[in-house]
Amino acid sequence: MEFRGILKQYNAQDLKNKFNAVSAEKIKTIISKDKLESDDLLVLLSPQAEPYLELMAQKANQLTVQYFGKVIQLYTPLYLSNYCINSCAYCGFKAENSSQRKKLSLSEVKKEAEFISATGLKHILILTGDSRQMSPVSYIQQCVEILKDYFSSIAIETYALSQEEYAQLIRAGIDGVTIYQEVYDRAVYAKVHLNGPKKDYDFRLDAAQRALFAGIRTANVGVLLGLNNWREEVFFMAMHAGYLQEKFLSAEIGVSVPRIKPHLGDFADIIPVSDKNLTQIILALRIFLPRAGINLSTRETAKLRDDLLALGITRISAGSTTAVGGHTLNYEQNQDEQFQISDKRDVAQIKQMLQQKQYQPVLKDWLRW
Amino acid sequence: MSDIFKIRDKQIKSRLFLGTGKFSDKRLVKLVIDAAKVDVVTVALRRVDLESQDENILDYIPEECTLMPNTSGARTAREAIRIARLAKATGCGNWIKIEVISDNQYLLPDNLETLKAVEVLAAEGFVVLPYISPDISMARRMVKAGAAAIMPLGSPIGSNRGFKTEELVRIMIRQIKVPIIVDAGLAMPSQAAKCMEIGCAAVLVNTAIATAQDPINMALAFSLAVEAGRKAYLSSKRPGIDFAQASSPLTGFLTQE
Repeated sequence: MEFRGILKQYNAQDLKNKFNAVSAEKIKTIISKDKLESDDLLVLLSPQAEPYLELMAQKANQLTVQYFGKVIQLYTPLYLSNYCINSCAYCGFKAENSSQRKKLSLSEVKKEAEFISATGLKHILILTGDSRQMSPVSYIQQCVEILKDYFSSIAIETYALSQEEYAQLIRAGIDGVTIYQEVYDRAVYAKVHLNGPKKDYDFRLDAAQRALFAGIRTANVGVLLGLNNWREEVFFMAMHAGYLQEKFLSAEIGVSVPRIKPHLGDFADIIPVSDKNLTQIILALRIFLPRAGINLSTRETAKLRDDLLALGITRISAGSTTAVGGHTLNYEQNQDEQFQISDKRDVAQIKQMLQQKQYQPVLKDWLRW
Repeated sequence: MSDIFKIRDKQIKSRLFLGTGKFSDKRLVKLVIDAAKVDVVTVALRRVDLESQDENILDYIPEECTLMPNTSGARTAREAIRIARLAKATGCGNWIKIEVISDNQYLLPDNLETLKAVEVLAAEGFVVLPYISPDISMARRMVKAGAAAIMPLGSPIGSNRGFKTEELVRIMIRQIKVPIIVDAGLAMPSQAAKCMEIGCAAVLVNTAIATAQDPINMALAFSLAVEAGRKAYLSSKRPGIDFAQASSPLTGFLTQE
């Protein structure tokens, strides 16, 4: 069954009832299981699990060390273009904020690549807004062709592409695709995606699968926490990741759980997700998906990022900027950022922090052949 | 007791092979190698960064070690072959541990793709050590294709489940004429000792050492266990006899005539 069929088996009210009906006593049995079922995930994400976070943390830490070692992979985002024709209520790049737009020229891409590469990073995530006119696939491809001389792994985070377009970029040299559904609840999705191609829920939902059919190595799915009830959203995202893991055995599936941050303009309907909630989310994800990569955003503070490291995180960004050309061109002063960064530490500082915490920073974990 | 271990023409000084992933600090790799006197060290080529000033894992592996790059990340024979050639081209020597994994859930090797890679790489002159699920007919085919050793898994990579494939590995030791090296899944030194007692030529350990509270002492413990198991194997071996000899023979009365 396709994932959208699986999604349809659940409705929000049933799920809410299920969350309230779980017995926390089950947690002890669940964390000693080898393979968890979806009902177990419900328990781990339930309010009743809150008193058991320490127990869950012990298990999550053990699983992470066993499967990944005391190793954290580093990367940095590189924004290519912020032209965007979508109106997403929560995003700083939405079409109405049209004042400051920028797209990197190919020589600027090279300049950014040289700067990032000098920090030792070999993994990069390139991003564009949704504009097939300003950042068409052919432009992304040209950028990839420049970047592959500098980086051993290139992932993209852009608008949802067709399978053939993903294949084209894989041939050009990308090995990862990040695409967040943002919110799995269809009604909320429709409410926050007001205009533009991103309104097409199903085309976006199937994007990771199209990339995997095209042969991508790593696919990363995610929810933007704060748009809807997080328990339900994280449940669906984890089910999505589990579905992709089972369907594409040779791929690596990762998950991200960014919390919504203030941006230009305001989006008033944020449903708060506390630090404690975020901790529970990461623990539940690690225990339910022991082999999945878990990413932690620079939206979070340096302190919280450091504290959450041992609980299941496998990848963090360093030296991040969400402005186009933010690494080398001084556009920040007058340019819109997609969201505000809290952890502004550069690569050397992040490496030092990891070493102090007895984690090995890994800057290269892939090769193009 | 002379007990020389060779792979092809190379004499190997230790029967404990080391994997280099999962360490909390690359410097630990060197400390472990020195403490446990490890000779053969495997490195995922995907982690090797020759351009880096301070991040190149190869800088932490002493020159006197035997470097065995592996093809971690390969999903097909074609990818493994390309990684092996790249390893040779970047100066990592001509040993290659072939690892072809098309199942990231359990990290189990794809024996058929591995065989195809062995055929091509052995013909190109590589010293090929395939990592396989312990299947005797596959192992035979790989040896025929030129594999220098066979590396059956003890249990899935990183699973810490121990030596679960013992019966199949025993058959392999009897039937296959190249060294049998148990790779993956060993959690404790006693399991490594068991592998050696039944006649494995060596074992490869990574997770159990790298993620131990004290990796250096855990490596020493594995090294001692490997040595103990080997000595036990050599001491119990009687040429040509597969069965134990009872100290009170059941047919002793026949000689009383």
